[in-house]
Amino acid sequence: MFSSIFMTFAITLMYSTPLAFAAIGGVICERSGIVNIGLEGMMSIGAFTGVAVGYYTGSPWLGFLCGGLAGGLLALLHAVASITFMADQTVSGIAINLIGPGLSLFLSRLLFHGATTTLPVPKKLPKLINISSVNFNVDITVLLALIVVITAWFIMRRTKWGLRIRALGEHPAAVDTLGVSVYRSRYACVILSGILAGFGGASVTLAIISQFTPTAISGQGFIALAAVIFGKWRCSGAYLACLLFGFAQALVVVLGGGNLIIPSDILAMLPYILTIVVLILFVGNSSAPKASGKPYQKGSR
Amino acid sequence: MKKLDNILKNPLVSTVLAIILGFMVASVILLAVGYKPGQCLAVMFNAVFSRPKFIMNVIIKSSPIILTGLSVFFAFKSGLFNIGAEGQYIASTIVTTILGIILDLPPLIQVPVIVLGGVLAGALLGAAVGFLKAKFGINEVITSIMFNWIALYLCNYVSNSERFHRPESDGTFSIRDSGFTNLFYNWKFSKEGREYLKNNQFLNDAVLKTDFSLNFIIAVIMAFVVWLILYKTVKGYEFRVSGINVDAARNNGMCVERNIVYSMLIAGALSGLAGALTVTGTGSHNIHVLAIFENNGFNGMSVALIAGGTPFGCIFAGLLFSGLIYAGQSLQFKTGAPSEIVNIMIGVIVFFVALTQFMPTLVDMISKRRNKDV
Repeated sequence: MFSSIFMTFAITLMYSTPLAFAAIGGVICERSGIVNIGLEGMMSIGAFTGVAVGYYTGSPWLGFLCGGLAGGLLALLHAVASITFMADQTVSGIAINLIGPGLSLFLSRLLFHGATTTLPVPKKLPKLINISSVNFNVDITVLLALIVVITAWFIMRRTKWGLRIRALGEHPAAVDTLGVSVYRSRYACVILSGILAGFGGASVTLAIISQFTPTAISGQGFIALAAVIFGKWRCSGAYLACLLFGFAQALVVVLGGGNLIIPSDILAMLPYILTIVVLILFVGNSSAPKASGKPYQKGSR
Repeated sequence: MKKLDNILKNPLVSTVLAIILGFMVASVILLAVGYKPGQCLAVMFNAVFSRPKFIMNVIIKSSPIILTGLSVFFAFKSGLFNIGAEGQYIASTIVTTILGIILDLPPLIQVPVIVLGGVLAGALLGAAVGFLKAKFGINEVITSIMFNWIALYLCNYVSNSERFHRPESDGTFSIRDSGFTNLFYNWKFSKEGREYLKNNQFLNDAVLKTDFSLNFIIAVIMAFVVWLILYKTVKGYEFRVSGINVDAARNNGMCVERNIVYSMLIAGALSGLAGALTVTGTGSHNIHVLAIFENNGFNGMSVALIAGGTPFGCIFAGLLFSGLIYAGQSLQFKTGAPSEIVNIMIGVIVFFVALTQFMPTLVDMISKRRNKDV
């Protein structure tokens, strides 16, 4: 009994951590007025780069850092398209989702002898807590994600920069009149979101599993995107949404281990059904930042 | 100068430009990692055009993504983002397979019944997303993503279930052959059929060795139907108005909420048709356990974007897409270059489509400035 409570807790944190990184990135990006559907692609490239660097240098921390950078580089593409070229942000995001996983698998075949599954890294990121007697271990990335969430919340809610970012998403022209460059600020937000999504991806492949596989990030970026909307574009809300989702996944694992009559495939639907039910019951109308998705053109009315 | 402006503003030109740029970027990447781009492109070209069988396979493989492309396109035009085409497709394959195994009717009734069953499954899933948005204001992206996963696990459940699972496989039984939409299916394997085809090299390759079926023709007809609904009916007009300006639609007395449900219903039905026809017309006529999404719905998003603003564009975009995927497999086999170069190429094309959408605005800006100088 005790051990299954511990296990539920540990799995909740394990599942929600990569999502939290990406979701916070998504919140920052969307709050600045740029829709970011490309989280999935940015997580993929982060997950692969993390492993590739971690494998060849032997340092998981360097891998983690490079995973973030790779996500940021991909986000730069999104930023160029959606800010400088005023492209449709949804379309550009979809392109990122094609390029990210495509590039990861392409490079994996080149660097790992033609295989889409990489070799495992020699050293994973350290555990924060590891009590094997009750099956309770917590990755260091859990703490990092929490720090990111709190910092992001603090910046968004308590600093002048946060106010500016939020204003960018509601009324960019107002920010422009203050003498703050809309373009430069949005670039910073989009790239930051890519770095965070990259960290999220790398935290899957460097902390949870130890290698990159084609299914390592299957759909987690989209779940993070859902968490952004679920959490009504707030850091705290998005993190709670990630925790809820992680908790539902933990239930699947813990209940699936018992002698339950429910088939495992039906049980696996639980997180997704639960999300929809919670949305219907508690969340209600959610609306995106007002200027989100609209390219800003200086001097336009 | 004006002529050049108009050429650059044409969406077809910018799409073709994006495709060319996609090929160029892919060539540069291949060159950078030590493959010969010229040789690779030649291999890819041959993989598609060197035999009637290959051309036919590309056409067959394009049918589902044309249909899911139309589905995404339809929703786009109504101001909705149907990221759930994947789930609607899967739901439809499940229902079509179950009905195709359980029912035993004469072919003329069996085919429409099981296809309609699949279409209905997709339509209902789409409508559910629309309903949740209209009634509770829940963003369609989030519900679509959840429904995709629910459909995936339902597919796995049915594939593993005692009633439908075929022993020693990872899938279900095939549907009864009275539900097949393959053309000349019985004839081409009969004695006379084989005799006849033996004398005709072209048909022998294109018909006997492929899943020769009605699917592509149906997909083309559906492109026409989508155009008809969107541009020649009152409802279609309302959909498009809601897509451009919701407030304008509401102020003119259109029931935006109801239109959201209708629009998603139709979009879902199109994805459903893609799934149903894939089961009745191709492969082993069944469903199997999915480890990850097969991307028939997600590829539809790219198809809709490359389509360049008309439903008929989806046909060409679907063919291009299917050709690239088909060529990618052969590329890896023949030159060793990773087949994922194709995914990168498609991504780059979509990226440039996003960039070139900006072209008309840019041209306008430049020509305005030019006029000012005069």
